[in-house]
Amino acid sequence: MSILDMTACQLAAAIKNKEVTVLEAVKAVLAQIHAKEEIYNCYVTVDEEGALAQAKEIQKKIDAGILTGALAGVPVAIKDNMCTEGILTTCSSKILNNFVPTFSSEAVLNLQKAGAVILGKTNMDEFAMGSTTETSAYGVTRNPWNYEHVPGGSSGGSAAAVAANECFYALGSDTGGSIRQPASFCGVVGLKPTYGRVSRYGLIAYGSSLDQIGPLCKDVADCAAIMEVISTHDKKDSTSVLRQDTDFTSALVEDVKGMRIGIPRDYFGEGLDGQVRDAVLKAAEVLKEKGAIVEEFDLSLVEYAIPAYYTIAAAEASSNLERFDGIKYGYRAEDYEGLHDMYKKTRSQGFGPEVKRRIMLGSFVLSSGYYDAYYLKALRVKALIKKAFDEAFAKYDVILGPVAPTTAPKLGESLSDPIKMYLGDIYTISVNLAGLPGLSMPCGIDSKGLPIGLQLIGDCFNEKKLIQTAYTYEKIRGAFSRKEDR
Amino acid sequence: MANIISDETIEYVGILAKLELSGEEKEQAKKDMGSMLDYIDKLGELDTKGVEPMSHVFPVKNVFREDVVTNEDMRDAVLKNAPGEKNGMFTVPRTFE
Repeated sequence: MSILDMTACQLAAAIKNKEVTVLEAVKAVLAQIHAKEEIYNCYVTVDEEGALAQAKEIQKKIDAGILTGALAGVPVAIKDNMCTEGILTTCSSKILNNFVPTFSSEAVLNLQKAGAVILGKTNMDEFAMGSTTETSAYGVTRNPWNYEHVPGGSSGGSAAAVAANECFYALGSDTGGSIRQPASFCGVVGLKPTYGRVSRYGLIAYGSSLDQIGPLCKDVADCAAIMEVISTHDKKDSTSVLRQDTDFTSALVEDVKGMRIGIPRDYFGEGLDGQVRDAVLKAAEVLKEKGAIVEEFDLSLVEYAIPAYYTIAAAEASSNLERFDGIKYGYRAEDYEGLHDMYKKTRSQGFGPEVKRRIMLGSFVLSSGYYDAYYLKALRVKALIKKAFDEAFAKYDVILGPVAPTTAPKLGESLSDPIKMYLGDIYTISVNLAGLPGLSMPCGIDSKGLPIGLQLIGDCFNEKKLIQTAYTYEKIRGAFSRKEDR
Repeated sequence: MANIISDETIEYVGILAKLELSGEEKEQAKKDMGSMLDYIDKLGELDTKGVEPMSHVFPVKNVFREDVVTNEDMRDAVLKNAPGEKNGMFTVPRTFE
């Protein structure tokens, strides 16, 4: 097996057994980056020198028996909205075109403690606002399965980098589906953990009540191993939750006997592509044959999730993005008259159209006279959506459905109609509103040769049930990888 | 479109959002915001009387800690990112005469 074809856990094992050195792994993946970046543009920044230097340090610690974990020595890519000390962090926005953080996000520090080699920072929709990675100020990322198609978003660079073997795994962030949907479009595994599972310290905020960091990787075993490393309690994030049940690899068990799986009828209605529906239902059938109890049910309120989500996310974004004022870091306009003009010109020149659209909407729904009618109304609907999931999880261990209504659209087809683009998030966003964990994994290929994603949703802190179900399905499904470059 | 956004509203929101939109951007913003609000109005179909607004999904309490400095002096490193810096401070446009 070539180094690049290895999963993260396989590579770490090979390094431990002295079959591969960390430097060889880093050189192999850098060579792949050199060969493929011109086409795919997965990265905003590749830290080649840093990666080579880290490789030597980490190899020493592995040889000395200091680093013994399941990911020691494995090169990783980080979404460009997570702060990395000394490495440019742009959020794919012009307004942060020169921002070099003085600290690293907690999730990145946890990976480094486990012996990860940071390769660089992956492309994304600007400030994670988008579903295609086309709103980046640093060019579009292309889907490694077919470069005429988008990789999804907003963690499109992370998903594409995993699919194109330009890293062994990656971190992404998910506010409304931004890990799961690109994972689905690029045929990789992605997990959005329960809200509070992974520290958001150092993650540049979009919608703080919805944002969560999680892995994008080649298989379910990698997903469990990465989760064990990044799920820590952090006093620096007041929404971080202290949990003991972080032994995710213990859930890598091939058994779904008696697992109660609910299929929401509302996820299979109008707008869902026929091939996606068939592939997802076939996956449910496979789990049923292995002993799971599979039944359909009505989740309800699904069509209200998108308007509630966009109200809450835009409101939080308008508040969070106030910090970009051209004073402390980032871009500042050149010509201005006085302080307020400097703020306005800096922000107007620094933010792209989708970010401005959401800041405007958010400012409006929070403004005096509209706050109750829009923002508080959305928070009330969020409470109803959470209740609907609570009722579902009284009956089921796992909810199974599609990740997105279609496979990856072609580049340039999505941005012209924002509402149509937002509708593509219909199966992912309610998970964020309710704080639930959701896993995306490939379950088929459509007639265009593009991967189809299966979504498994669990109750809060039930990631292990998702991992067990996903692992069982993956064993039956068999290997799923891209055959060749197109 | 049920929600017609006036020029005054766009001006007002521009002030709140600290954004200066060009004429073309303003027209587009009026259209986009109108159609988004039409869409959001769908929430009005739901009866939410007596439902408490939910800001956090878990019953969390405020998290307190002692206000103790744990990091070292990073002034110089932090100022490196500033668009303007002088004598160890951020430079800003004159704010009063």
